[in-house]
Amino acid sequence: MRNSVRVRVLILILVCLHMAVLFAGFFAPYDAREQDRDLPYAPPTRVHFIGASGFDFRPFIYAAVSDSDGYGEDRTREYPLYFFVKGSTHSLLGIFKSERHLFGVNSSARIMLLGTDAFGRDEFSRLCFGAQISLGAALLATLLTLATAAVIGTVSGFYGGWIDEALMGLSELFLLLPWLYFLLGVRAFLPLHVSPTGTFLLLIGVIGLVGWARPARLVRGVVLSARNGNYVSAARGFGGSDLYLLRRHILPETLGVLFTQAALLIPLYIAAEATLSFFGLGVSEPVPSWGNMLAALQHYNDLVSYGWLLAPAAALVVTSVIYGMLADALHPRRS
Amino acid sequence: MKYIVRRAIRAVVLLFGVSVLCFLFTEMAPGSFFDEMRLNPQISPDTIATLRARYGLDRPLLVRYGRWLTAVVRGDFGFSIAYNAPVAPLLLVRARNTLLLTTTAMMLTWVIGVPLGVWSAACHGRWFDRIVETGNSLLISIPEIVIALGLLALAVRSRSVPVGGMMSINHDELSAWGQLRDILQHLLLPVAILVLADVAIVVRHVRAGVVEVLGAPYVRAGQGLGIGRARLLFRHVLPAAASPAISLFGLSIASLLSGSLLVEVTTGWPGLGPLLLEATLARDLYLVIGGIIFSALFLIVGNFIADLFLLTFDPRIRTGGLNAE
Repeated sequence: MRNSVRVRVLILILVCLHMAVLFAGFFAPYDAREQDRDLPYAPPTRVHFIGASGFDFRPFIYAAVSDSDGYGEDRTREYPLYFFVKGSTHSLLGIFKSERHLFGVNSSARIMLLGTDAFGRDEFSRLCFGAQISLGAALLATLLTLATAAVIGTVSGFYGGWIDEALMGLSELFLLLPWLYFLLGVRAFLPLHVSPTGTFLLLIGVIGLVGWARPARLVRGVVLSARNGNYVSAARGFGGSDLYLLRRHILPETLGVLFTQAALLIPLYIAAEATLSFFGLGVSEPVPSWGNMLAALQHYNDLVSYGWLLAPAAALVVTSVIYGMLADALHPRRS
Repeated sequence: MKYIVRRAIRAVVLLFGVSVLCFLFTEMAPGSFFDEMRLNPQISPDTIATLRARYGLDRPLLVRYGRWLTAVVRGDFGFSIAYNAPVAPLLLVRARNTLLLTTTAMMLTWVIGVPLGVWSAACHGRWFDRIVETGNSLLISIPEIVIALGLLALAVRSRSVPVGGMMSINHDELSAWGQLRDILQHLLLPVAILVLADVAIVVRHVRAGVVEVLGAPYVRAGQGLGIGRARLLFRHVLPAAASPAISLFGLSIASLLSGSLLVEVTTGWPGLGPLLLEATLARDLYLVIGGIIFSALFLIVGNFIADLFLLTFDPRIRTGGLNAE
């Protein structure tokens, strides 16, 4: 009982997270591609409550100015933080155009909650928009994997015989492949320079088609045991067609396995996207993704000097841990 | 014996499958190594055609595959275009470095992981177990790339360990002892990343196995007979609980060549990983295919060793007493 409550809470959190990501344009104060060449590698802006006129409930910031040793705050003017402000145009869910942002400041200053990158782009905004790519790719790739696995596993388990042998042989082959090498290899043989949408779809295809083997084997196991169940024999005896048996009795049995596998695969695929993009084989600039944002840190010195650029890594940890907890709760170990 | 022969045949068939898959993908690929040259107006299309012919890239798929197979039989795994050299020696040097890194990491992982798993299971439900379990769940969830970047940041900031590469610039001038020390120091960071990324899964497997066995009647009998706690755990319980851990051990052997790609690239370790990544970006096909075949071979052999281990160490499988297997 306690476990099922935990599952529900975790799923609720994840749904909220993914919904929030859909509205990235609203939460991000700036556009992901908006550069400010005067403010490269600016540290995170500090939000103040106590200014010249004492404590105020409305927070404010100081504009960042570069001085001899890095960045400082221009204390001469306070820029209050406003909520639901008008800013750059963005599209909600890809349909509605909107100019509203959750927060923002007067346009002569910039608020950079997580600092800026080499081109002076706001790291926080890029994190929000990057989540759309990273989480979206992982979700779609998982769907692709599970759909493939469900079809192959069901066919294999339900019909048996040489089809089963052939498909399971193929799955063994895929299980044996060193998957990161294989991803690299497959990516190597596909065009390097394509449009961002193209790479996005390519990435989903490549990641999604590599991992089908394990879930397919699990589905096959479930289908095998369901096929021999008395209720299936009974339904067959009443004249149920194969399609009817599959739809009414066998596929519902596999849902549990598929759901648990989804909780395991999504964080794996988020990491896979991050890794591929980190290597420069995923989504390309200027479109942000958590992986290609981290790619800026391949120079060791940037890693130390501009620690705020590790923000996508923190985001990766948070999402992976939540998904990990969900997988643990869905599949309690025997201990 | 019959079992071994059957497995060997299966392994060869699987390797064939992998290579066919690789070649099919190359056939589907629209680009080639010479794409960048084509953009250069100073290189005539004739030159490119000649080059393609020299490397046999203009032949049909089947001919190329046949040639590649003979190259495999000859032992050089085809020809790398970028390095202008046979693939096998290139791969072997890098594979040696990779193995140095991964075997060290694997030994450490198991030396840390097994006792931790056993102790955690012995204190099942108490605070030590809880801490280990929480740490485990965290470590399993955190992506390897984050662990790598995090440790890298720590190492660069603290300046206590050398970062990047395998040797210092002055490596050749050091004494034999100094050279060893130098390599060990460079090993520290990538090994630490690999151990952190892998140790949790070992602890989890060992712990789950031991917890299950601890409930068995013969363990209580042993307690009743007055066998000491440590002896009972390590001499009697651990062997009975080892099956899942041994399967995992086989998997670790299997991934010795392919498991460290990310770590090698991020820490600049001159292993197979960076070589393959470069080859991928340059579309040096035979090098990529060679690398994949190499690591697939290791995976297959590793799995085979795992099965042999299971056969030797768990008498229940040999006698068919454990029908779950």
